[in-house]
Amino acid sequence: MHELSLMEALRDLALQQAEAEGAVRIAVMTLRVGSLAGVEIEALRFAFAAVMADTIAAAAVLRIEVVPAVCRCGGCGRRFAALDGVCECPSCGAISRELLQGRELQLTSLEIA
Amino acid sequence: MCSHCSCGVAEVPRELPQEVSSASPPAPAPLPRTLAVTTSLLQRNDELAAVNRQRFAAAGVRVVNLLSSPGSGKTALLEQLAGRLQRRGDVAMAVVVGDLATDNDARRLAATGTPAVQITTGQACHLEAAMVQRAVDELEARGQPLSELALLVIENVGNLVCPAAYDLGEGLRLVLLSVTEGEDKPLKYPAMFHSADVVLIAKSDLAEVVGFDRAAARAAVARVAPHARLLEVSARSGDGMEALLELLL
Repeated sequence: MHELSLMEALRDLALQQAEAEGAVRIAVMTLRVGSLAGVEIEALRFAFAAVMADTIAAAAVLRIEVVPAVCRCGGCGRRFAALDGVCECPSCGAISRELLQGRELQLTSLEIA
Repeated sequence: MCSHCSCGVAEVPRELPQEVSSASPPAPAPLPRTLAVTTSLLQRNDELAAVNRQRFAAAGVRVVNLLSSPGSGKTALLEQLAGRLQRRGDVAMAVVVGDLATDNDARRLAATGTPAVQITTGQACHLEAAMVQRAVDELEARGQPLSELALLVIENVGNLVCPAAYDLGEGLRLVLLSVTEGEDKPLKYPAMFHSADVVLIAKSDLAEVVGFDRAAARAAVARVAPHARLLEVSARSGDGMEALLELLL
């Protein structure tokens, strides 16, 4: 259940950014979350509501873009979706480590007023 | 009275008394706008991990992040390791150990003569770089300078999910899988095993008893952690411990 500490980090980041812009409220926060980031989206939403209470983001909407895990084959260079987190190339069958995306835990934008 | 025609309408003085108030006038409602930010939620942790990593490099200490599910034998492994290092006499190790509650593990390790600092995380299911920083400060405050250590092992909170995302500044990430847990653990927790530099199959002395399928376990590790070194160890029998020491030092 580290979703709570991630949402606390999000709150601190978002408030800092919004206040630097002189915002009086945050309407929307958009996150990119990788499918191998090790978090549960529902748990993120639950924690989000709890940690934003009593801030200028209390009524903010949380938008989450899920980033699918994509690997690059160490053998033939093909890019492919890493199903179940395994980088097994569908072309040549090689198993490699290079994950191009899928671990993201990023705040990408804030809608403020 | 009006000074122009004496009509009775009071003339407005040129200088009106100003209302003194500390409250600022209501600001006009700002226009909604979008800020593109793109910042990692783990940014603060990653920055502190980089600070830790520099500190460890400056002290010349090898730092290992030891990860596994609860009860898979992390502390027993470290007790065995501590005993061997003490017999050799030339390698100093200290341990930072994280649990939600109790200092049982630190006391077990301290009983072997190993400097050990317990981090009790309360509700947190993982260690963060800031906690490790404080624990290392405490280790040094107790008279154990980092620069006199060859090896610092951070025994993470027993959990195969959350700790994977948190860099602590370690030089080596060691993920332990015990034979009693089932061969497919790496497939069930790919993010954790994907991040491993070394995978240890622990409690190998129990492999026969529990019908552990070595080939299946090795195949599972190879699927999610093809880059990782794989070792079998038993803290009870000592099998594989020398190979582990070679790898750590």
